[in-house]
Order: sequence, then C-alpha cells, then structure tokens
Amino acid sequence: MFGTRYRMGGVAFTALGALAVAGVFTLGAGSASACEECKGKFEVDGKKSGYLYSNPSTQAMEDDDFDNPGMLWVEKGRKLWAKKDGKANKSCQDCHGAPEKMRGVYPVYPKYDPKTKKLINIEQRINRCRTEKMQAKPWKWDKDNLLGVTALIGYVSRGLPVNVKIDGPAKPFFEKGKAFYYQRRGQLDMACKHCHEDNAGKYIRADFISEGRGGGNFPTYRLKWQKLGSLHRRFKGCNKQVRAKPYKQGADEYVNLELFVKWRTNGLPVEVPGVRR
Amino acid sequence: MGKARVKVPKKAKKGEIITIKTLIKHKMQRATKDKKTGKPIKRNIIHTFEAKFNGKPFLTAEWDTGISANPYTAFTHRVSESGEYEFVWKDDAGQTYTAKARIEVA
Repeated sequence: MFGTRYRMGGVAFTALGALAVAGVFTLGAGSASACEECKGKFEVDGKKSGYLYSNPSTQAMEDDDFDNPGMLWVEKGRKLWAKKDGKANKSCQDCHGAPEKMRGVYPVYPKYDPKTKKLINIEQRINRCRTEKMQAKPWKWDKDNLLGVTALIGYVSRGLPVNVKIDGPAKPFFEKGKAFYYQRRGQLDMACKHCHEDNAGKYIRADFISEGRGGGNFPTYRLKWQKLGSLHRRFKGCNKQVRAKPYKQGADEYVNLELFVKWRTNGLPVEVPGVRR
Repeated sequence: MGKARVKVPKKAKKGEIITIKTLIKHKMQRATKDKKTGKPIKRNIIHTFEAKFNGKPFLTAEWDTGISANPYTAFTHRVSESGEYEFVWKDDAGQTYTAKARIEVA
C-alpha cells in the first residue's frame, strides 16, 4: 500500500525498494565494526576477516592487548621460547634468536616439506624442531605449550598479510584441500562452502556466519572454548556440526585444508591471537 | 593456572580517578563428573577477589558459579597518595594468587 501510494512514475517506488534492500543487507552483513579504521584493515579486495562478523564487544577485546585473553598464551610462549629442553639442552632461542626474528614465518605456512614429501604447518614444524633439534618430546595438539609457542610466532607477524604459495610442489596438496572444502560430508550432507560461501553474512542461530577466512587469526581465543584453540580444532568442530566424523588434529586432510583456507585468507592481515565468539 | 596480569597507571595526579584492569588465568572448574570414568570432579573456582591499597582493602568481590574462565575485572579508584596496590584471588583448592603494582602520585 505504502509503495503504491507514493508511486510517481515508478521512480520513487524503485528508490524505496532499493533502500529497503540496502537496509536488510547492512543488518545481514553484520559489519557493525567498532571503528571505521578497522574496517579498512580487515577488508582487503572484498575479502572480509571474521573480525568484521564479530560484535563490537568481541572486537574491542581483540583490539586491546590487555583485554585480549589470548595474550596470556603469547606470554607463556615467550617463556617457553627461552627455556632449554630435551637431551640436546637447547631452547628455541639458541638457534632462532629473539622471537621477533620469526616475523614473516606465520603468513607463509603451511608449506611443502621435501623431507616428508607433504605439507607441514607451524605446529608440526615446532614439534619437528623439538624432536630433531632439541631431542625432546613433541607437544600435544591444543595443549597450552604448543598453543603458546604457535600464538607467539603468529603474534610477532601481526599486521603482515597472509601470503601462502600454492604453486610448485604444493599444488597437488592445494587441490586436495580445495576438494575437501567443496566435498559434501556428514549426515547433513554439507560442504564447507555451503555455509562460508553461499550463506556468509547470514544468521546461524544468534551469530553471523563468517566467510571462513580463518588463516590470519588462529590460534584464536574462542569465548565458547574459554581458551585458545587451533585452526584444526575449529575444523573438527565444523565437521562435527554437520555430523561427519572429524579427523584428528594434524591429519594430512586438515593440513591440506589449512593451506586452502589460508589461501582464501591471502592478503588479509595476521591478527593472532584473535578473539571470536 | 593463576597467572595474573594487572594494568595500573604508573603515575597519577592527586585525587584522580584511575582505571585498573586485572586478568587472571584460571580454569574455573565447575563441579561435574569425568566424562570417561564418571568420577566426580570437585568445584574449583575463584570465590574471592580483593583489591587493597597500602594494605587497606577497597574492593572485595565474592564470586560464585557463572563467572567465566580467565576472569577479567576492571574497576576505578580515586588515588590520594603514592603507594602499592595488592590484588588477591582465592580459589576453592585453597590457593591464593597475588599481584602487586606501584603508583606514584604527584
């Protein structure tokens, strides 16, 4: 009725229609950013970080290094970095120097490893250093020690754009990761893309679905987990939600998927440790 | 567990109201059963938080279930003299965690 009453040659009506659509879109996109500046930072070439799908209070938590609970793990990582361990009695610092020298490492992993002839990600790289160079026991996935050092390596690369290489020997693994992403699975018969490509920005219960560009913020402090968690833990959660049997953290399938997800994140800044709901 | 972080400004003017932020790493284990063995797990949460200035408490909080893990607390305080802040957390396991910070009042 309203539309027809003010319909003057169709122009006004079209304008109204466009306005209504625009209104719905802003609501649906959930880009209620805490600051305009962050919006530019976390949106590159039309790619949006999950940061922009969080609500302002979660964003504020990530922005302030004191409020960000993930920083507790970064501090723990810093201690472990200098701690001597294993039969070789070496610390990370003995070979690599200060953690700040690792700036630029986080954005390029996972990458091809000629030794095992498959991909290797940061967690696996840390554990390889531990077993081979330090002759110490490898750390368990998603325990404080491994999370701490991984978060530290991510933290020192903050602000750098994610930049993984998918050509050369990494190519077949990238293709496998891509296939995983588009493969329907589980009782709900859903692929990653059904949420993160087709329905990104829409509500999933009370939250917005992100674009699945999680290559720059993991390990992330999830308020639901009440601790830091790895990207692979997030993969497991997603797989469980579509009622598929998840793989283990560090499984080849997940490392390949990690490369694909990180490639989707290429260009967005590293924001470790991120905070998400 | 029990690693505390506090943020207190180093300097302040007399009579100024400052903001103090505190964060402590704590599991805040609720009473439950072990998923595999079915054995009960005792509650272990921080039940008392106290902020003192020069030994005198000015804020005491009694926490109960429903406080998240790694609790974060922020509050304000009017400073009138230089001195030392002391923050104390007490949990069900009988552990006490403390953190200290100094402030100079000009």
